[in-house]
Amino acid sequence: MKFGILVNEGPYTHEASDTAYQFVRAALAKGHEIYRVFFYHDGVNNGTRLTVPPQDERNIVKRWSELAAKHKLDLVVCIAAAQRRGLMDAAEAKRNGKDADNLAPGFRISGLGQLIEAGIQADRLVVFGD
Amino acid sequence: MLHTVNKSPFEHRALETCLKFARQGAAVLLIEDGVYAAARDTAVSKRVQEALKTVSIYALKPDVEARGMQHRVMDGIRLVDYGGFVDLVAEHNAVQSWL
Amino acid sequence: MTEENAGGVAKRFLYVNRRAPYGSIYALESLEVVLIGAAFEQDVSLAFLGDGVYQLTKGQDTKGLEMKNFSPTFRALEDYDVTKLYVEAEALQARGLSEADLVVPVEVVSAQRMAEIMEAQDVILSF
Repeated sequence: MKFGILVNEGPYTHEASDTAYQFVRAALAKGHEIYRVFFYHDGVNNGTRLTVPPQDERNIVKRWSELAAKHKLDLVVCIAAAQRRGLMDAAEAKRNGKDADNLAPGFRISGLGQLIEAGIQADRLVVFGD
Repeated sequence: MLHTVNKSPFEHRALETCLKFARQGAAVLLIEDGVYAAARDTAVSKRVQEALKTVSIYALKPDVEARGMQHRVMDGIRLVDYGGFVDLVAEHNAVQSWL
Repeated sequence: MTEENAGGVAKRFLYVNRRAPYGSIYALESLEVVLIGAAFEQDVSLAFLGDGVYQLTKGQDTKGLEMKNFSPTFRALEDYDVTKLYVEAEALQARGLSEADLVVPVEVVSAQRMAEIMEAQDVILSF
């Protein structure tokens, strides 16, 4: 089965990103396919590479990046939500005249159409939020 | 349909709303703070017991254990792990998340 | 039970709105998904439950908040072929509202009818 995942909240503040991550891991372990993980609202903050959580805590951003690398996951950060909240890749930073970019490895910035497409192409869409 | 509820029933209306719209034969999975609704002897237990007559109710075990509720889960509510969560999603035609 | 469109069978998308506008961004950003989604020619419905009905009230004047009043956008949905707007009857009643207080024509439905509509959906987006 192909799953589309929507994550509506950022790392740590809400459990959404954790639950989504564990769900995705379990789905992969069962041999399912993750069509896309789409990050919206504050969920875009899961895609910043600038987090430095305490050493003895889980590193939410890093483990998304690692899971993406291991399983070739498509982690998409919504461009509109990202612009509001200050998540940029190098191209976006240049385009908007910003002096830095902060997108973490394994994530890409794209439009809301990617979420709709995931809803269309996947067998199930699961929403994680507050 | 599978419904998920992630809010405590004491502070939020998500569970109440979910049960209002869940149809006979649906499945309700309590996750995150929603697992508190699975506990015995609370102000909502009676409501939840009543709901068990028409819908199946599950609770996500890691969330139950994290909150120390594992010995308080009422009869009739099944605990599942994340794998079980995945299975529930696969088994139902769609998922509605009551946030 | 789904519409045909040029690219294949359209899925039934339901956008569930349960939050009031302005106190949080969910109402605005969910509407943005609806607008983008309209281009994909799926079978779209919007459900307004609980405080979500407040997104549709007339007379929103947001100047003092320096925020954009996005309620007129609901009127534009028709141009995007998004015409199925369902409002929970009990939610209106509990808030002392009637259909006449809303900026756009909607179908006011009972909880039972809303449950039937939800059951028929393929993709349910909550924000």
